[in-house]
Amino acid sequence: MMHKRVIRFFTNYEREEQWLNEMAAQGWHCRGYVFGRYLFERGEPGAYTYRIQFLDYPADHPRSAPYLDFLREAGVEVVASCFRWVYLRQAASAGPFELFSDRESRIAHYRRIIMMLLPLAVVNLAFGTRIFGHGGLTGYLNLGAAAALAIPVSRYYQKIAKLEKERLIRE
Amino acid sequence: MAPEEQGALTEAVFYILLALHQPRHGYGIMQQVQELTQNRVLLGPGTLYGALSTLVEKGWIEPLAETESSRRKEYVITDRGRLVFQQELARLEELVRHGKLVQRSENDAQAGN
Repeated sequence: MMHKRVIRFFTNYEREEQWLNEMAAQGWHCRGYVFGRYLFERGEPGAYTYRIQFLDYPADHPRSAPYLDFLREAGVEVVASCFRWVYLRQAASAGPFELFSDRESRIAHYRRIIMMLLPLAVVNLAFGTRIFGHGGLTGYLNLGAAAALAIPVSRYYQKIAKLEKERLIRE
Repeated sequence: MAPEEQGALTEAVFYILLALHQPRHGYGIMQQVQELTQNRVLLGPGTLYGALSTLVEKGWIEPLAETESSRRKEYVITDRGRLVFQQELARLEELVRHGKLVQRSENDAQAGN
């Protein structure tokens, strides 16, 4: 079986998801992920659809187990997990694969991610601005991290706003 | 019933309650709903699992004791869930009745012209 490793970092999980599906379309199916390192396995192009989900608890926490069992039962394979992130895939032959089928659960998922990213962005900004005056490299790094975190947060907020607009008209 | 419990049910919740008039596990609910609606309503596992947890919390459905042969958790509607479902059905019937009334009078008016 042919394999390849790719190192890549994403701050926006939807971009990452899109990339995994583009790779799958070319016949490279993600089989593992650890901190920016992806393992791909050669296979039939387009055989799987990939989705990424941010859970309520870390993936190896006992409270996540019932949901992960539930997914497996529904024919979803857990490819990898990293803290509260899980990488999932389903055979394309099983039909379209979406984790969320209504607006409210999509909004809740975005909010869950924002609640994790926002404090990190604030802490980095606070440290960054404090240290920045001393001319240290750490200050730059903190400010850079704050910006890198703030971008997906604002993107998710835009998505939520768009979804919420619909709320007045449609279920 | 509390005022916040009188609004319309979401389509997902309506179909979950409908499917659970007999015991089913999560995947069974997805399949049943997909079949009934001829692929129109596809419940995402994330959405379904969240809805099941909320409905158990509200006491509208309950998990059945897990059998040893299967780790899959089955759920079934409760009396309270049945009541909510009946009320929703009555609300939907009213909508359909009024909708059809307007439709009919429009058709009559056209036929008269």
